[in-house]
Amino acid sequence: MPKQKRQLNKKIMTAKSSSSPHHHIQRGTGAVMRIVMFACIPGIALQTFFFGYGILIQVLLAMATAVIAEATILELRKKPVEHALKDCSALVAGLLLAICLPPLAPWWIVVIGTCFAVVIVKQLYGGLGYNLFNPAMAAYVMLLISFPVQMTSWLPPAVLAEQTIGLKDTVYIILTGYTSNGYNLDQLRVAADGLTMATPLDHVKTALTQNLTVEEAINSEIFRGSSGIGWSLVALGYLIGGLALLKLKIINWHIPLSMIMGAVLCASLLYLIDNSIYPGPWFHIVNGSLIVGAFFIATDPVSASTTNNGRLIFGFAIGMWTIIIRTFGNYPDAIAFSVILMNMAVPLIDYYTRPRTYGHKVKAKSISKE
Amino acid sequence: MSVFADFDTIMERLASQRLWDFPGGVRPEGQKALSNKHAIETMPIPQKLFIPLKQHIGVDADLVVKVGDYVKRGQALTESHNPFALPVHASSSGTIIEIAPKASSHPSGIEELTVVIETDGKDDTVQYHPISDYLNQPHSALIEAICKAGISGMGGAGFPTHVKSSNVKPIEFLIINGVECEPYISADDRLMREHAWQIRQGIDILAHLLSPKQVLIAVEDNKPEALKTISIACQQQTNYQVISIPTKYPAGGEKQLIQVLTSREVPSDGLPIDVGCLMYNVGTCYAISDAIIEGKPLTERVVTVTGKALSQPKNIWARIGTPVADCISAAGYDRDRQVNPNIIMGGPMMGFTLRSGQCPIIKTTNCLLAPAAKELPTIEQEKPCIRCSACADACPVSLLPQQLFWYSKSKDYDVAEEYNLFDCIECGACAYVCPSEIPLVHYYRMAKADIRQQQLDKEKSEKARIRFESRKARLLAEKKAREEKHRQAAAARKNAMKSDGSNAKDKIAAALARAKAKKAQQATIDKSANDKSGNDQLASNQSVTNNPEQTPANTKENTPDKNEKIAAAIARAKAKKAQQKMSSDIPLEKSAESNEQVTDNNNNQSGNALSKKEKIAAAVARAKAKKAAQQKNNDS
Repeated sequence: MPKQKRQLNKKIMTAKSSSSPHHHIQRGTGAVMRIVMFACIPGIALQTFFFGYGILIQVLLAMATAVIAEATILELRKKPVEHALKDCSALVAGLLLAICLPPLAPWWIVVIGTCFAVVIVKQLYGGLGYNLFNPAMAAYVMLLISFPVQMTSWLPPAVLAEQTIGLKDTVYIILTGYTSNGYNLDQLRVAADGLTMATPLDHVKTALTQNLTVEEAINSEIFRGSSGIGWSLVALGYLIGGLALLKLKIINWHIPLSMIMGAVLCASLLYLIDNSIYPGPWFHIVNGSLIVGAFFIATDPVSASTTNNGRLIFGFAIGMWTIIIRTFGNYPDAIAFSVILMNMAVPLIDYYTRPRTYGHKVKAKSISKE
Repeated sequence: MSVFADFDTIMERLASQRLWDFPGGVRPEGQKALSNKHAIETMPIPQKLFIPLKQHIGVDADLVVKVGDYVKRGQALTESHNPFALPVHASSSGTIIEIAPKASSHPSGIEELTVVIETDGKDDTVQYHPISDYLNQPHSALIEAICKAGISGMGGAGFPTHVKSSNVKPIEFLIINGVECEPYISADDRLMREHAWQIRQGIDILAHLLSPKQVLIAVEDNKPEALKTISIACQQQTNYQVISIPTKYPAGGEKQLIQVLTSREVPSDGLPIDVGCLMYNVGTCYAISDAIIEGKPLTERVVTVTGKALSQPKNIWARIGTPVADCISAAGYDRDRQVNPNIIMGGPMMGFTLRSGQCPIIKTTNCLLAPAAKELPTIEQEKPCIRCSACADACPVSLLPQQLFWYSKSKDYDVAEEYNLFDCIECGACAYVCPSEIPLVHYYRMAKADIRQQQLDKEKSEKARIRFESRKARLLAEKKAREEKHRQAAAARKNAMKSDGSNAKDKIAAALARAKAKKAQQATIDKSANDKSGNDQLASNQSVTNNPEQTPANTKENTPDKNEKIAAAIARAKAKKAQQKMSSDIPLEKSAESNEQVTDNNNNQSGNALSKKEKIAAAVARAKAKKAAQQKNNDS
């Protein structure tokens, strides 16, 4: 018995000591990122249904580019490659960029954009966790400024298009600019009535410049009610995914809710001022990328505020800026600009919104003294 | 500023079982069923007991036993009058075979002076002194008894119980903590189920000592049996209320439990007493009851020995000092179920890995956990923080762990402190939820240790700086004072010079007069000196006459003649020599000296008249005389 005990002692002696806690929840960064990607599926599926296979090709291209770019830059930075790829953060960045691009944008748009997002915006700032800006949105802004034509060539919903294209032609047009029958993108963008289609937001904006009222503008074929055909359902798809993320506690409610509130408040205010030139809040929610922005883009943990109060401010400001830029700016959508703008304000917001720590700034007034 | 609920509001809410909540917290799987199914077992007496002298927060007591002593169970091994010292006791009878530093049951594994007892199996006890009528005893006697029993908080921190109980501030709530929120541990659960009555007695003693307005006994709602037994035990007392607490880690933390029960927050730089609360663990209450009613010092405690690497997880009564290896082998430890040997003392959230199986059970040990290979997830590698703030959502004290991590890692300690690093209770909820598997608490501990070290260094260098600066200031002041003095003197001189001419002339005249006067004086002195030398000569002659060995030639003439003088000197010297020879065999140096002095005086007095040669001769004689005297001295 004593001998056995000695052996036991010796065995325990060799144990590697580690620090508490010894218990750990079983959900790593990689799992979190994968859940985010799964949550995009309903939105992407609806986008495919309404606007064709383009989005799928873009997503695949972006993800492949993201992995290659990440591996290359990690190799150059002499960092462990496999380890970093496992966290799937590059895949998410690529995916989020791809779902914001026009479905038939040429391949080099998505490749340049993804490389920019992964290499410049993320890795050159120090890699995962160190980037100041949301990689997908920074890349989107870069692309929009550099290639405005390609970045604004949206397709009409399939139901309105003069001709719809299959998977093969989609691949052709993204890679070569022409379908197998020789149609180019501009021809595909023509709707059944012979007019080139725009996104609902663009449509209203153009209409307003022609001195039409909002009411007249949305009285167009691409709208059904006040929402663009397809667009509102795509937004719904992302809303479902976003709610799933909330339920799984991948994201907190603060940013999505405050961002939508910010947009609604700002839009309502403008609407009340003059409802003939400013569309109402509902229009802003269902058209454009407010929902995907609120649940998937602005909630990027690395570049968002990390305190709960800070998140409320961060989200609210993004919502507000989105409406302001949409209304008074010249770009088709404003999520990317608003997010980048607020990314810059994060350190300041975080500093001033620290929660009150237990036992600090408390008044012991109620304690009775006998 | 948030304001706390007052006593009546709290009582109202508690009456309707509405509690408050603390922010954050996590809900790991309890795993208590592994060990809480069976009654607490008694371990056989271990062959050797390793009893560290310090098992609590505070200071060591002084050793009162030595190697070779025979000790009985309950005999104090240490003693002290320091209020923060607690005695430790022999937990069985036997012989002390060693007193040496041994690996301690402490996260650092640092060596602690430990008494090793080889037990004899008789388990003889010392005579216990119960205080059964404690209601009629002065508080000080009870507190002393608690101190002598060596009781420290048994929930984890190990704060000396008698110190906590010597409180004089008014208390609204005496809170008894039976929450035991950490997974796996069921020691308090079993204790409450099996010994609710003793716990109640302990609570009675505390209530008598502290006279709180209300006693709240909090038990987590995942321990229904314990809730029931403790409720039955306490039902006669009107101001005792047993409260079921929703299960959430770390609801059993002192600060969190106070918040849940009363909505109050212990100030960051304060103590629970500052919000009218005092908290004791149920195990401590049991030990207090033992110490007062039975007179038994703290020599054993309930320890949960659990984990899936054990074939019979259970709760045991373990004597303080029992080696961990004994406990886990009693529960059927199977080495093969673990990849690396791994024994955790404490629970999975706040426990620490033991360095050795020899580490003893101490007063604060509530659990030994031996997890099987895949039972607790292995942390592979720390990944970058993605600032998801899952940690902030889990933090029970509303810190921002992601920011603290950032500043701790970059050693930006000033900012880390600004983010309230020292309010972290190290509960581990943040690291538990972290998707990047960052050992956050480890970073905070390192940062805290670094900051403490820096503060020590700073204090030291501050002292040195003050010393240096005060020295510099002193030197400067001295220099200035000197300069000032010089300046004043110079100014005085200048003033004197500047003052009107007549005055100056007077001064010159005065100086001249002074010089003249001096000269005149000198002349008179010379004259008188000559006269004196004459007289001296006469005197010397007279003295010579008195001497029996005198030479008649000396007396012939008074006129100072060269040859005669030499002769006289020689004669004097000779006379002296003779005198010395004649004097007793114990001539003191002093007497020799005084003789010399006499001679010197003679010489000096006559010096003015004597020429050089004579002087030399005299000196030679003197030297000789001296030498002779010295020799004599040496001889003697």
